[in-house]
Amino acid sequence: MYELFSYGDAGWGDEILRGLAITVQLAVVTLPVGLFLGFLAAFASMSKWRPLRVLGFGYTTVMRGLPEILTLFVVYNGAGLLLNVILRWWSPEAPPTDFSPFAAGVIALGMVFGAFAGEVLRGAFQSLDIGQIEAGRAIGMTNRQIFLRIQLPQVWRFALPGLGNLWINMLKDTALVSVIALDDLMRMTKVAVGVTKQPFTFYLLACLIYWVMCVLSELVLAKLERRANRGIRRVTS
Amino acid sequence: MNPIEILIDYWPRLLDGALMTIKLTFLGALIAALVSPGFALIRVRVSPLAQAPLRLYVSFMRGTPILAQLFLIFYGSGQFRPALEDWGLWTFFRDPFNCALLAFALNSTAYQTEILRGGIMGVPQGEIEAAKAVGMTWRKTLARVVFPHAYRIAWPALGNEFILLMKASALASVVTVFDLMGRTRQVFSKTFDFSVYLWAALIYLFMTAVFVFVWRQAERYLSRHIEARERPRTTTPTVKGTQA
Repeated sequence: MYELFSYGDAGWGDEILRGLAITVQLAVVTLPVGLFLGFLAAFASMSKWRPLRVLGFGYTTVMRGLPEILTLFVVYNGAGLLLNVILRWWSPEAPPTDFSPFAAGVIALGMVFGAFAGEVLRGAFQSLDIGQIEAGRAIGMTNRQIFLRIQLPQVWRFALPGLGNLWINMLKDTALVSVIALDDLMRMTKVAVGVTKQPFTFYLLACLIYWVMCVLSELVLAKLERRANRGIRRVTS
Repeated sequence: MNPIEILIDYWPRLLDGALMTIKLTFLGALIAALVSPGFALIRVRVSPLAQAPLRLYVSFMRGTPILAQLFLIFYGSGQFRPALEDWGLWTFFRDPFNCALLAFALNSTAYQTEILRGGIMGVPQGEIEAAKAVGMTWRKTLARVVFPHAYRIAWPALGNEFILLMKASALASVVTVFDLMGRTRQVFSKTFDFSVYLWAALIYLFMTAVFVFVWRQAERYLSRHIEARERPRTTTPTVKGTQA
């Protein structure tokens, strides 16, 4: 039984760990992309300029309403088609190429994360006390200073619980990229199942690994939240 | 082919897929809705030690990808084929639709349990004491005081969960259920026409929009007595948008 999960040729331990590494890489690379899109979406939907507001609202609404796997296929196949069109225009003899599944995963998961994060961040910006911004202006801070010293530190505090949930959701959604042939944890599990014919054992192992990652994330997030709230006086009962 | 032609040629398939998506989502949510009130009560009432198995179940369901849960049930059941055949359950697990439904129902039960638990804990203690004071039995208190109020509190979150389930139901296509996503992939692999994905996206958005509308109406209906009481009695006109 334990041989199955051992390292080396006999066991599947190293293959599954390699898959896990891809999963973690994917999640870690997607996070900044998603956060960046989230800030863009939040600023767009708070903009004074109406078309930009409509754009931000449209992006968050549409992306949140679509199944993640559909988004992934749209990005993967759509980007693949686009890539080939450009390639053929560049040099007509070029053989058709596939779009990188990793890049498609980052873009698709990042777009989904960005749409949800946009709403979380907008909520955080809007729950800031307007008096603090006026106070900043009154003592002569520039807009940049107000943003960096007053708004951003508090937005972090307000948005952290929401962003933490999104991180966990995104971590779980990375399993979807196994469908577009990226060798992540899920797909390596599938390979192991194909050889060993022990589907329950290996899918349970995959589930347990995801579970551990989520529980660890929750612990870290709880710590981060405590740290972010360290300057706040709590009313204790 | 242009997008309109794709729709004209393949709309029966997409419609068929959409109906399958609705069936999966609705049945999954319904099964979960039947089980979760009981579970939620356990989460609120029973001692922490006794509810440990339930907490473990909820944590597992929320901490693992639905795709992995689906594979665990659909492919994993194959490992126990002889035993399942003995019990006559193999025909159930062989069908991808059943497995998908089971996975979604189990998953949604975990989420709905937590949502309802929040709702039950949000019911003011005074209401329960009042019910006791007028001599209601515990069952009556649950049926007439606790659950009606708990559902009103939990309503928006339950709606969100339904939408999440509808989105998750697209995963069933991976185990060869021909839901909307499955049909869409089928059409794409035949035509290589990208626009079929855009039609699928529109259909998903349409279904979500209709559901959100219906759910809002239901929420209004559930809280109609509160609305009536809170309506301003002075002659000032009602401010738009305050109802929600």
